Amino acid sequence: MRFLDEYRDPAAVGRLITAIRAAVTRPWVLMEVCGGQTHSIVRHGIDELLPPEVTLVHGPGCPVCVTPLELIDRAVAVASRPDVIFCSFGDMLRVPGSGRDLFAVKAAGGDVRVVYSPLDCLRLAEQNPGKTVVFFAVGFETTAPANAMAVKQAKQRGLTNFAVLVSHVLVPPAMEAILSSAANRVQGFLAAGHVCTVMGTAEYGPLAERFRVPIVVTGFEPVDLLEGVLQCVEMLEAGRSGVENAYRRAVQAVGNPHARTVVEDVFEVTDRKWRGIGTIPRSGLRLRAEYAAFDAETRFAVAGLAAEESTLCLSGLVLQGLKKPHECPAFGRECTPQTPLGATMVSSEGACAAYYHYGRRKGVAG
Amino acid sequence: MMSADFANLSCPVPVADRDRVLLGHGSGGRLTADLLRSVFLPAFGNDVLNALEDQATVNLKLDIRHSTFDIDHRLAFTTDSYVVRPLFFPGGDIGTLAVNGTVNDLAVGGARPLYLSAAFILEEGLPLADLRRIVESMRAACTTAGVTLVTGDTKVVDRGKCDGAFITTAGIGLVPAGVSLSIHNARPGDQVIVSGTLGDHGIAVMSVREGIEFETLLESDTAPLHELTRVMLEACPAIRCMRDPTRGGLASALNELAAASTVGVKVTERDVPVRAEVRAACEMLGLDPLYVACEGRLIAVCPPGDADRLLTVMQPHPLGRGSAVVGELVGDHPGIVTLRTAIGGERVVPLLAGDQLPRIC
Repeated sequence: MRFLDEYRDPAAVGRLITAIRAAVTRPWVLMEVCGGQTHSIVRHGIDELLPPEVTLVHGPGCPVCVTPLELIDRAVAVASRPDVIFCSFGDMLRVPGSGRDLFAVKAAGGDVRVVYSPLDCLRLAEQNPGKTVVFFAVGFETTAPANAMAVKQAKQRGLTNFAVLVSHVLVPPAMEAILSSAANRVQGFLAAGHVCTVMGTAEYGPLAERFRVPIVVTGFEPVDLLEGVLQCVEMLEAGRSGVENAYRRAVQAVGNPHARTVVEDVFEVTDRKWRGIGTIPRSGLRLRAEYAAFDAETRFAVAGLAAEESTLCLSGLVLQGLKKPHECPAFGRECTPQTPLGATMVSSEGACAAYYHYGRRKGVAG
Repeated sequence: MMSADFANLSCPVPVADRDRVLLGHGSGGRLTADLLRSVFLPAFGNDVLNALEDQATVNLKLDIRHSTFDIDHRLAFTTDSYVVRPLFFPGGDIGTLAVNGTVNDLAVGGARPLYLSAAFILEEGLPLADLRRIVESMRAACTTAGVTLVTGDTKVVDRGKCDGAFITTAGIGLVPAGVSLSIHNARPGDQVIVSGTLGDHGIAVMSVREGIEFETLLESDTAPLHELTRVMLEACPAIRCMRDPTRGGLASALNELAAASTVGVKVTERDVPVRAEVRAACEMLGLDPLYVACEGRLIAVCPPGDADRLLTVMQPHPLGRGSAVVGELVGDHPGIVTLRTAIGGERVVPLLAGDQLPRIC
């Protein structure tokens, strides 16, 4: 398949591995920021090919993992209403709230649907004038443009039976929080390529300069990921910090100005709570006042719902790269993919779920 | 006084809409009889079904065409329910699935499929034209598979209580003496063969459901596998087991095998046949083709020395053209399926907790 096979070419992968081995002289800890990258690393077995000096830790860039528990509870409350059609990307359905997940709501009679695009919800809203169609707008800068476009189009079309439950988060503030932590051990970043496709690379310069770290914009296929690792290792070995782009086929320095305009038109930056990490200032997006009519939290009065996390779950430390999943006492015991205590055990992008399957073979899990 | 005109008398109760399935079609009354005589019997009619007894009584001895009935033959018996949305999709419909699926469950056990039952749960309002089309597909599939539908049932539920039509079929077949296939039989060193490209059915159905279009028409692989399994067993009686990778695809079938036989399975990604369209759709939707359903493919496990001979008889067969060895069984990591990735890495292919869920980004 064109545009895919060449980035999964075993010969190219072999050359990059050889180059990384040649470049590395001592141990380095790199964080791949995006859950899509974690998924690809595990799916292709990339971490197994790297020399032992290079440790990849998995970052907070999994939207399923960082969406706070109370937002899931609010989603469950909204989706349970008989006058609502609740739409979500597929993998949010299995994330447990304090009580139940969206699959359980569906089983109990709620109208919960999986969509591939928020724009599908507008069609649903037009077809179901007697119901309010609510879209669960989660994700990073990558999903924000389409979600913003859906809200914008709803307003243009005068659709009053459409709303969004917003839990958008932003990557650079999370990286800043990780780097600011006294316990931080991340020495270089593979920045999330698709986020940069939208936002460009300008936001990362100040971070790289302030914390003296290399940040390499990296893609998702094996060759992309290994090019990112090689570039990051070369920068670390040379003592260089700064921002470099190893994903030039998709990312331009300015990002996608049109997409950014739509996002800025509909959303504004706000403080946002991250599951397992806590509140990070100016780390999320919320609807601007002129689009407040589309805010499901106010429309259905669920903004007050609060929730308590399991005290056993260490997913916050895992998301910050401070703990490996199997270092959590609950891992593989109280917490498994069938009985997840934290979202990192739920999502296929979640580090704990990936480790559970992988570690089981190594005899790590119970 | 006007004389009565009996010739023009008509019943004032309106004639019911006969273009669609009505609740009355499941009542057991006249409408049920009408449906039976106008739709089901013309399609499936045979002496056993036409007798309209409460049960089918069949003579096994008469129906063994390729071997004489032997006391050592064993009876294979299976049942499966079919629910699919949409009811019609490229390459088939719920009717073809309901026949082929049950035929295949018998075939991969080494059985020669003989008789089927079919129980229909129909939704009030289903166009009768759709029902006729489904029944015609079933008739054609039965003919192709050489099976006879000998008993059935129809129920109708209120509109909204089912998705057009649900069909449950059961099948019986005969396993010849000496054939003993079981997922408990596999051993380290055995080879894993698949009979063709994976995931065609699942992606063909999903593409219609989600409105994804390809440059070429991707069709479901639904097909009866009994002839393929027959030539395979003739060529290689030592086959340990066969499975049809329906729900959960290759990955789930191999996990079941690994658990049942207490062996490890090593799959080589490079050797797994997947069509470019299926790969592309899986990439777009965030799905793994190893978990996508097939309805006309099988997995066979055979001793190491038999793989080439099996491929030699499978590849000339229309339903085995894409046959390939995709992996082997190993003694280490029993119960676990691993994948040697195309780039040389290794990962576990676990049994999923539920359906594959499309990822966010």
